[in-house]
Amino acid sequence: MTPSDLLSILPLLVLVVWACALLLVDLWLKRKGVTAFLAALGLALTAGLALAQAGEETTAFGGMVALDGFASFLNVLFPLSGLLGIAVAYGYLKRMNIERGEYYSLLLFSTAGMMLMAHAADLVVVFLALEFLSLPLYVLAAFARPRLDSEEAGLKYFLLGAFASAFVIYGIALIYGATGTTSLSGIVAAIEAGSLGTSGLLLTIGAALFLVGFGFKVAAVPFHMWTPDVYHGAPTPVTAFMAVGAKAAGFAALLRVFVTAFPALDADLTPVVWVLAALTMFVGNVVAIAQTNIKRMLAYSSIAHAGYILMAFVAFGNPATRADAVASALFYLVTYALTSYGAWAAVIALEKQDPSAGSGQAASGLEINDFAGLGRRRPALAAAMTVFMLSLTGMPPTLGLVGKFYLFRTVIEAGQVWLAVIGVLTSLISAYYYLRVVVVMYMREGAPETTREPWLDFTWAVSALATVILSFLPMALFAWASAAGVMGF
Amino acid sequence: MIPLTYYLVLSAILFTMGALGVLIRRNALVIFMSVELMLNAANLAFVAFARQYNAFSGQLFVFFVMTVAAAEVAVGLALIVAIFRVKHNIDVDQMSSLKG
Amino acid sequence: MDFTLLLFFLLAATAVATALGLLLSRNAVYAALFLVLNFATVAVFYLLLGAPFVAMTQVTVYAGAIMVLFLFVIMLLGAEKLPKGEALPWQRPLAIGAAVILFAEAVYLLVQRVRLTAALPDPGTWENSMESLRQMAGMLFTDYLLPFEVTSLLLLVAMIGAIVLTKGERAVRS
Repeated sequence: MTPSDLLSILPLLVLVVWACALLLVDLWLKRKGVTAFLAALGLALTAGLALAQAGEETTAFGGMVALDGFASFLNVLFPLSGLLGIAVAYGYLKRMNIERGEYYSLLLFSTAGMMLMAHAADLVVVFLALEFLSLPLYVLAAFARPRLDSEEAGLKYFLLGAFASAFVIYGIALIYGATGTTSLSGIVAAIEAGSLGTSGLLLTIGAALFLVGFGFKVAAVPFHMWTPDVYHGAPTPVTAFMAVGAKAAGFAALLRVFVTAFPALDADLTPVVWVLAALTMFVGNVVAIAQTNIKRMLAYSSIAHAGYILMAFVAFGNPATRADAVASALFYLVTYALTSYGAWAAVIALEKQDPSAGSGQAASGLEINDFAGLGRRRPALAAAMTVFMLSLTGMPPTLGLVGKFYLFRTVIEAGQVWLAVIGVLTSLISAYYYLRVVVVMYMREGAPETTREPWLDFTWAVSALATVILSFLPMALFAWASAAGVMGF
Repeated sequence: MIPLTYYLVLSAILFTMGALGVLIRRNALVIFMSVELMLNAANLAFVAFARQYNAFSGQLFVFFVMTVAAAEVAVGLALIVAIFRVKHNIDVDQMSSLKG
Repeated sequence: MDFTLLLFFLLAATAVATALGLLLSRNAVYAALFLVLNFATVAVFYLLLGAPFVAMTQVTVYAGAIMVLFLFVIMLLGAEKLPKGEALPWQRPLAIGAAVILFAEAVYLLVQRVRLTAALPDPGTWENSMESLRQMAGMLFTDYLLPFEVTSLLLLVAMIGAIVLTKGERAVRS
């Protein structure tokens, strides 16, 4: 280990040390607002440091981690999503009587795990980062204890997560068996040397198992069963963080491993990914129509969006479109992160503890019908929610349209026209349930009780503005994502 | 002199049985134990491959898997205890406050 | 048939039988004990494969610490009796069918297509010596330093998590 090793993962190190310190400092802090502020400060510092690293390319710790455009792009995205995770949580935790300082440290640790995932250049690190980001999320999902639905969400997420990790580990074992190494560059070298012989099949099975494991993590059909339950039961700010951060980290691992190490398996894996993507888009969007609860609807919407991002993988094996595929997937992740955080913030604004049920009971205000009359009661919030729904559908003038445009263009360039057609058709289906929320907000009479909290209002307002404004000048963001599409070792 | 295939077939059997356990059992504790069986099967494959390549990297991976398993057990059992305190039942299918 | 091969089949039969016991037993304590036996059998495989330190860790950490924790929780909760007819009626045959197919495929691929017929050399005295252990420890603190440090953080997170999940309800109601 040399100082330059440490320097290359400096943002991650700062975040981890900050999280440990916060854990201690929190013991003496009476006002949890200070903890929240300190946690946010740490994340902002991390994001700043990661931004300063842009353009650097190096490997560190004997090839265990890589610092390249891909890593530094995601290392800005993850702390920012953590920041929003704190902004939406602060008032909510207070209101729901679950204000504990550990929330913030666990969130920082989970963010650190995601950043490690972005750096990973060895399957050992991929596996450990997966666990490092998941363990705090299991706890956070159950954070509203003793509320039973939250605890059960935590347990379900945990059992499914452990099941998925087992697939990932077995997949890694087979990949190791086929190539004799776990480092991504070593795997590439072994494949290129052509010495695999019959154990090439072992590599394919290993990669498939790896895909299954991460399919659970990013909630791809048919590995999505846990998603609606967990997203529904977990405290809403945690759900938002999970939907954005954990999904982005899962895709970071898939992109990194598949694009760098497995392009040679293109012929075997592309049909599998094709079917996964098509199924995920179709099932996610169709089942979402039947939902009456906004959290469950957004859960299915998040499944559907995993399908759209999976489309980018179909292009991974084609050298001509590979960089574009990564760039459009990253761009879409940013789009989804902004929009979905905004939508969850609007949900949090309407959520309240059910006064009729005793304390520790489930929250209310989460049915889609509870949004009735929001257009009159809170015009700004309703307008922001309309922007989010339009963006999730992929309609102008929002970032969602731009994201889908880049994604579909890449898929068509890769020669998968039918998949793009499925993507467009399922987007049309999704318009039905997204626009229903808009209709309910403006056309129905109702008197929704909403919460006004400065940080929550800040979150949805900023997300809505960014979603609209960035859609007019997407090139800067896309150029940055394109720079991240080139992974170096 | 045991062929590598024997170990791999055994490890595949154990992994499949573990996955089967996760799918057919409903008790959270038994599901969790089945996951441990799956991890164990993966570890066996790792050590067998490490022997084939005469390298330590496979054995080292097993250490990491064990450490992670220990960490998972701490969190998982805490969750199970927390739920049991509230409702004295840990059947995953009876978790009716969340509909499947 | 030489001795190691006989030993292998004996142990493999034990491992499969104990895994079956875990799947079928109606008592959580029995299930846990079957799993302990399974772990112990696999530890012997590790010895056969020239990985003595992994074998020891398997016995102390896995079969020891982790399974004792399981047993402790089962006893603490008094949750050992599992109700009959656990699975949904259609779920079990479906799952078993899928598993059998998957497994048959796995064996076919391994035996027919991959053909890893190379016999593993028996571990020499070197593999079971202190020198191999020293070399492994060296790797752990050089090449694998970063993963090693990450595991320490993982354990810290697990500790915080367990405390958050089980500490008294006082903090919830203020």
